Amino acid sequence: MSGGAQDEPSIVVIKDNNALVIHALNEAAERLGLYIGQPLANARAMCPDLKVFDADVAADAKTLSDIADWCDRFTPLVALDPPHGLFLDITGCAHLFGGEAALLQTLVRALGRQGFAVSAAIAGTSVCARTLTRQATGSIVADGGEAAALDRFPVSALGAGEAISTGLRRAGLKTIGDVASRSPSEITARFGARFSTLLAHALGQGDAPISPRKPLPDYIVEKRFAEPIATDTMIAMTLSRLADTLIASMEKQGKGARRLEAAFFRTDGVVRAITVEAGRPVTQSKVIDRLFRERLDALADPLDPGFGFDMVRLSASRTEIVVQEQRDLDAHVHDNDELSALIDRIAARIGGKRVVVHLPEDTHIPECAVMAAPAQHHLAAAMQAEWPARAESEPPLRPLRLFDRPEPIKVPFAAVPDGPPHQFTWRRALHAVVRVEGPERIAMEWWRQGGKQLTRDYFRIEDAEGLRFWIFRDGLYEGEVFDGDGEPASPGWYVHGLFA
Amino acid sequence: MSGARRSALASLRGQIERIETAAVVHPHDRVALGHSEADNALKGGLARAAIHEVFCAGSQGTAATGFVMGLAGRVSAQRPLLWIRQDFSEIEAGALSMSGLAELGLDPRRVVTVRAADVESALRSSADALACDALGAVVLELWGETRQFDLVASRKLTLAAQGSGVTGLLLRMAAQPLPSTAETRWMLRAAHSPPGPVWDAWGAPRFDAELLRNRHGPCGRWIMEWNCDECQFSEPSTYSQPVAAAPADRQNPAISADERRRAG
Repeated sequence: MSGGAQDEPSIVVIKDNNALVIHALNEAAERLGLYIGQPLANARAMCPDLKVFDADVAADAKTLSDIADWCDRFTPLVALDPPHGLFLDITGCAHLFGGEAALLQTLVRALGRQGFAVSAAIAGTSVCARTLTRQATGSIVADGGEAAALDRFPVSALGAGEAISTGLRRAGLKTIGDVASRSPSEITARFGARFSTLLAHALGQGDAPISPRKPLPDYIVEKRFAEPIATDTMIAMTLSRLADTLIASMEKQGKGARRLEAAFFRTDGVVRAITVEAGRPVTQSKVIDRLFRERLDALADPLDPGFGFDMVRLSASRTEIVVQEQRDLDAHVHDNDELSALIDRIAARIGGKRVVVHLPEDTHIPECAVMAAPAQHHLAAAMQAEWPARAESEPPLRPLRLFDRPEPIKVPFAAVPDGPPHQFTWRRALHAVVRVEGPERIAMEWWRQGGKQLTRDYFRIEDAEGLRFWIFRDGLYEGEVFDGDGEPASPGWYVHGLFA
Repeated sequence: MSGARRSALASLRGQIERIETAAVVHPHDRVALGHSEADNALKGGLARAAIHEVFCAGSQGTAATGFVMGLAGRVSAQRPLLWIRQDFSEIEAGALSMSGLAELGLDPRRVVTVRAADVESALRSSADALACDALGAVVLELWGETRQFDLVASRKLTLAAQGSGVTGLLLRMAAQPLPSTAETRWMLRAAHSPPGPVWDAWGAPRFDAELLRNRHGPCGRWIMEWNCDECQFSEPSTYSQPVAAAPADRQNPAISADERRRAG
């Protein structure tokens, strides 16, 4: 909890079962004998000049996630332990910070400077470490020492829930050592398998895997600065050096990067991550450089260095094995490479979803007949797609421009109930129909939309100016369209597309 | 004006001339459109490695789209086509339909669409794309008058196109022609289907294409028809129609008028 007026008792309340209860409290409030879970009315009775704040669970979660972002600088494996805990898997990382003790000290001090009260501990298993933070913050327990370390702590420190803690106390098992001295089968029979597993993990017998927030990137390179950097040139230079290192390490294993993430750690704890994707594996550092330059140029909210970045990390979160191709003999392969490089550059700037290729879909409904898919991922599929062949020596039967949403038109009357209109008004202009072809009846897919959609009769129409429209009547003339009273109504007309 | 300054100017002029003639002398690869009169005016066909502008009124957007797609189909020759458009033009004029493109005889597999949010990003993407020689053609679709597309932007695109050999096609809907560095400039309108019985086959794309500007030849205005089977433009096909027989007992008015003029 962030500090503030430390000396005044203040509490945060949350609504629980229609009563306001204490969600969190500061040290001054704790000294007065208030406790978490106490109703607000009781607390007010004990201390009338209490400062009360409403809990904001979403903001708490956001803060925790921001802290987790910040903790990414120590290890890529950071897991959330809601409501206010974090697990860091520091296997193999501690030596980079001068050992476990130094790492723990650095972390606690840095978070303390940002105004957080932290209790932290290092142990062989995540459950053991969490138990330690509740009773002995700052302790480091070596592998095998878990049982001895937890021996004297009360059972509530395990965090197994109120019911189990009370049950254990009633059974006379007050400390974790007491519980550990009983045989596991007894504990399981009385308190369930879940608790006995938790206990085993706390005592270092087996470990529950943590679930990191982000998947572990395949390759990571990073650069730390004693003096924070803030200028664009320095940032660009750092990125291109990191790209060189990254490419060198990927090259050894014949890999290329498909997705890259650059994380900028600001001195004040804010972390900004920027991702770029590539249609095919990138194996050249200048390509990485260019993609990031495009992306950084086009950011809607530009990278704000504030007081500077003290660390920049470049990671390849998705990689692929690169197949070395013979380039010179096949110009076609080369062309496709150039095209996908271009697509990557444009996508880096304006977003991957804005560069699309088109795939045919097996349906008669005109607006669903084509699917737009991101070009970075579907270029090869689109180049080989099978499109329905057009009928020879027929004029086009589908319009060149199609409206996403058919636009309603006003049709004064139709001479034949089922027939096409003689004139219609679209976008406030009157069009006299000169030529008509149709109807082409397109029935909706009853097995997909639950039979709610109406049958459409499409007409190809040319007006007096030579403009060609694709209009349809939504619903059969009788028997499909009803007004509010259940009486048959006349169906609506729409322009769906325009022919060249 | 001092002599040194004059000589500096002269040398600059010489440089500019060399740059410009280099572009002209460079044997323009030209692609015949299929319409003989238009091809004659264009000196053999539409120039590759250049920018061509197609203008139209707001309501004629689809005719212009069809014409541009026809040009793109002619010049791109089985190479990929990049279609860059602004979000707004899709709302106004509808989205380019790949089924419709296939109906025109063009290959939707080769089309990559860039959905730019605004004019700036559309222009930037097209300058990038024109520099990529793997493409056959780049189509930039803009709606309405745009301040951002000025002479400088136009020059940039032309230079990029000359460098890579990619053809740039600008589709300017609901816009007025302004000075630019384009090789040709067209004004497009939809043309009527040929007269004939209502139930007869009609609806093949027909364009009333006016060549407003041509850097290396005359201008003109033609009715051009797109032949979906052969993927090229053609002269409007003539449809045989029953014509009333000429009256045998009277003089042909057309001939008599001709004779009168000769006499006068």
